[in-house]
Formats: sequence, C-alpha cells, structure tokens
Amino acid sequence: MAGKTIQDINAKIKDGSVHVVTAEEMPDIVAELGPDGAAKEIDIVTTGTFGAMCSSGAFLNLGHSDPPIKMQKVWLNDVEAYAGLAAIDAYIGATQLSKSRGMEYGGAHVIEDLVAGKSIDIHATAYGTDCYPRKVLDTTVTIDDINQATMFNPRNGYQKYNVATNCSNRTLYTYMGTLLPDCGNVTYSGAGVLSPISNDPTYQTIGVGSRIFLCGAQGYVTGQGTQHDPTNDFATMMVQGDLKQMDKKFVRGATFHGYGTSLYVGIGIPIPILNADIAKATAVTDADITVDVLDYGVARRSRPVLRQVTYEELKSGMIDINGREITTSPMSSFHDARAIAGELKDLIQKGTFYPTLLVERLPGTGVVCKPMKQIGEQPTVADVMAKRVITILQGQTVENAAKVIMEGNFNHLPVVSDEDRLVGIITAWDIAKAVAKNKRDKLDDIMTRAVVTADTSEPIDIVARRLEQHNISALPVVDKHRRVMGIITSDDISKLVARR
Amino acid sequence: MKITLHVTPDITPRPLIAEVILETGALLNIDRADVKPKGGEVVIDVPHDECDRVVAAFKKRGATITCLKLPIIKDDDECVNCGACISVCPTGVISFRDDWSVQMDVDKCVQCGACVTMCPHGALTVGK
Repeated sequence: MAGKTIQDINAKIKDGSVHVVTAEEMPDIVAELGPDGAAKEIDIVTTGTFGAMCSSGAFLNLGHSDPPIKMQKVWLNDVEAYAGLAAIDAYIGATQLSKSRGMEYGGAHVIEDLVAGKSIDIHATAYGTDCYPRKVLDTTVTIDDINQATMFNPRNGYQKYNVATNCSNRTLYTYMGTLLPDCGNVTYSGAGVLSPISNDPTYQTIGVGSRIFLCGAQGYVTGQGTQHDPTNDFATMMVQGDLKQMDKKFVRGATFHGYGTSLYVGIGIPIPILNADIAKATAVTDADITVDVLDYGVARRSRPVLRQVTYEELKSGMIDINGREITTSPMSSFHDARAIAGELKDLIQKGTFYPTLLVERLPGTGVVCKPMKQIGEQPTVADVMAKRVITILQGQTVENAAKVIMEGNFNHLPVVSDEDRLVGIITAWDIAKAVAKNKRDKLDDIMTRAVVTADTSEPIDIVARRLEQHNISALPVVDKHRRVMGIITSDDISKLVARR
Repeated sequence: MKITLHVTPDITPRPLIAEVILETGALLNIDRADVKPKGGEVVIDVPHDECDRVVAAFKKRGATITCLKLPIIKDDDECVNCGACISVCPTGVISFRDDWSVQMDVDKCVQCGACVTMCPHGALTVGK
C-alpha cells in the first residue's frame, strides 16, 4: 500500500476523523489486521513514560536587577544552579542537593515548586564589573516573575533500562531505590509496552524536531540524548519544553534514600503510522522487551549479569533468581505512563496536538556509548597493601596476641586456622577491652569472626568506602581460599591520597 | 488488629506477653520486636474480637499500649503510583490494583518503616 504522510494525518486531526490508539491497544490491532491493515486503519499510536530521569533540569532567565549583577554563583531555595552563562541566566539541575537540607530537597524539587507556582528564594553572588557592579543579590520569585523557564533535559526516555538486585550481604541505597541484601528484592524502571523508543526502535518518526508531550506541555526532541546507545538498544533523547506550560502532576521531585534527588519526568510521544513497518514496530509487547538483571552489590562499571528478563516477567511481580522467587517493584509509574499516553490521545483527538515530521533522524546502529578514558590505572589493593602480615593461630591466649601486637607495633592481627584460613581478627582495642573485663583466656572468645575483607584486585576507592561504612581502619586482604595475602589500612590509603 | 506494646526498662524482665496470653487465651502473634537496653516497642497482632480484653490485660500490668488503627498512611497527593514500596515490604502490604494504582492492605502492616524510606516522593508515613 502507499504510505500516509504526516500532512494526511494532520488533515484528519483537523477534520476530526483521526484514529488514535495507545501503544497498549496496538498489539491486538496488529494481530487482528496485520501490519498493512493496521497501518490503513490507525493514524497515530501514543506512547508514555513517567519515571526518574536524573539528567534533567531547566534554564532560567531571572531578568536584570538594578543595579545589575552578573551572577557568578546562584542558589534557588539553597540549591546551587550553574551560573557560568550570561549575567542572569542559570541552569538548575535535578540532582544538585540543597546546602542546608541535603538529600531531602534538590534541584528536582525546585523545578517542581516552580511549576507548582510556589515562591523560590534566590541568592546570588558576583565579583562585580563596570557594567555589572552588584556583588550580592537576594530576592524571591515565582515562575511568573521570570522571563524564560525552559526545561532542557540532556538524557531522557531511555528505550529500556537494566534491572537491579543486590547479591551482597549489605543493604544498598541506589538510584534504583533500596536494594535489600542477598537478592532480597528487584527493582526496575521503564514503561515496557508504552515506552516511546521501544515502539519506534529504528527512529523512523522519533527524532530531531518531533513534537512531544513533555510534563503536560508541548515540547520537542532536540537530538540524541547523552549516552545514546543504539547498538545495545539503549537509545535516549534530549528534550526541551516550556516549564511555564507544565503540569505539576507530571513533574515531580524525588529523593532516593541515601542516594540523592532526581526528577520524575512525564513524556508522551505520538508515533504517526506512516507505513506498515511503523505499524508493526508499535505492536511491541512487554514480552518482547528484554533487559539484563544486574548485581549492584558489585560497585564497578561492569556489574555481573545474573539473567535476562522481559518486562512481562517483571510486571508479574516476581522473578526467579538462582532458584528463588524474588519480589519486583518498578521505580517508574506505569499507572501514570498510561495516563500520559491516554492524555496525549485525547489532545490529538480534540485537535490540540499535531505531530511533526522529524527534521533529522537520531544516530542509528554503529554509534556506541564509550566508557570514560582514564589517565593512568586506578591503584588497586595489591598496590597499596602491606604484603608482610603477621597472623596468629586460633586457640592461642589473649596474652600471646597482646605480645605479638606489641612486638610488631601494629593494631590489627588476623587470626588463622590450622589450614591457614582467616577465621577472625583481633585489634589492640579488643585486647584492652578483654583485659578490662578480665577475659584473658582464649583469643577465640574475644575475636571478631565476621571479618570484613578485601580482594587484591579491588580499586582503592571501593575499599576506602568499605572501611568508612563499617567504621573500621583495616581490612585483611584474602584470596579465594581465605588465605591472608596482606592487610590494607586507612593510613595506607590516606598516604596514597596525599601523594595524588 | 495490631497493637504496640511500649517496653520500658522496668517491664523488660517480666514475661508480660506470656502472662497476657495465659490470662486471655488469645492467640497473639508478635510481628516485630525492637527492644534495646533503654526500652523499645513490640508490635503484636491480636484477633479482632479479643482486642479489648488483651489491651485491658496489658494495661492492668502497667504496660502502655497503642492501637494501630492506621499503621501506615499514604498521601495520595504525593504518591505517583510507581510501586517502589512493594518489594521492600516484608509482609506484602502493598500491591497493584488492575489499573496499576497502588493499594495497601494495612491490616498486614507491622510498621517497620521500610516503605517510608523507599518512597521517592515522601508519600508514606508511619501512623502513631
């Protein structure tokens, strides 16, 4: 069949004869009519997504003060915005935290409060110039008082997103929410069947210049998002829209406990069904979209992949990990993604939203998302640890341990079994305590058995964080048989940092 | 029905809960106990029809009891129905309705507060 043009579709919107469905309705229609039939019957498929999108923010122009100021630094409700632009332009980013309130309030909340029409306290400082003499500014504004307020998000609407769980024995606080130890839960993000780019994975209609529903306003895709990765089906978009036209319902500041703030952004994209190929792509279901389940217990760039799952499995509420059924929960709202796809459908049917022809396609396969180029290798535990480490056999007396520590002039004494495996650790402090309580008998009674350890290949930053979290000052370094290879102390790490 | 027994150092050594079970014959289930040297609280599930008798039996022994009418409160203006809270709840209080909105079976709540911490939108608070 001959395809439709965007002009044909927009003419149908104008005369009220346009046939719009949401991406949830499309799979059944394509199954019944086939791609050709569906392309004839359906003019537009609406998609929607509503979830945390950290790479979001807004450009604000505050208007000139008198006497004028060229802001060098600026804070909105105590959250710093980037002011390295012209005099009174600033960019407030979603994840910047409040100086006074920390993680509970950030740039994302400032943006939500602006959209809600609330007053925002502005504090700015400057060095003063002949043309901009003012050095300090304090005022209070609402969104109506400022000139432009433009949401501009460098990376939104991930095609799909990896699933998080945690195989370590410690609770983790991440941008994927709280991850309970021993794979205690699973969290995921993305709208699956309603995901905009999953419904147009070859970017035939979504590209530079596509008009979109952005948080209740009409916005645009302005290009590929940062970290756009078409090769691995992790495409992203850069979007912008007028903050003044937005609806608070679809712009929500969020705090992930122990991680920081982020902005829940609501995006809906209309896909004009210009031909059978596009119709076929919009028949994608939750069962067709596969993502990796990653172990966030490993704090490295490449996290271990535990298995692959589909959004259908994730949305069932349970997935199997290593033979156990684990409860899943989404971090993005499917309820609101559906509301967005529905609202966009209504707007088109009412003739108040017209899709556009894209100006340029997003880069396709062949583009890869590169890791960071780092100069010099990150030092590892092996580079810093003390290799000659004195240990003590279990079963010895506290007094013997005290002697060893005193002679060696150190603080931490690993305790090993007859097979030379690490079974505990004893510190000078443990010995002082034991003496005070008159428990001088067996070392085994006073040693710490749950020893926190390190591995020779681990980067120093990870080990430094582990020391800090457990509030300890040394870790025995062990091999896979738990034989002690060395010991790494916070002093060793401080010395290294001081040299950097 | 859930009740919270507020434990103070003077009642820690006494087998209060056992005494109340023996006296009332009610089948009490301890949902959560968080007792430290300076005191703490124990959340107890009590059969509905025996609640009054159980509360009276605790009070007679000098214990402070609160009834958890609404153990967990959801602010619908803040909730975006993401469901992040679902997977951290140890007792399965929270689930999705067919329309993907979040529902809570508050009778199951033991007030551990895991969902309060998880909620990205500050929509949940533990009832007092």
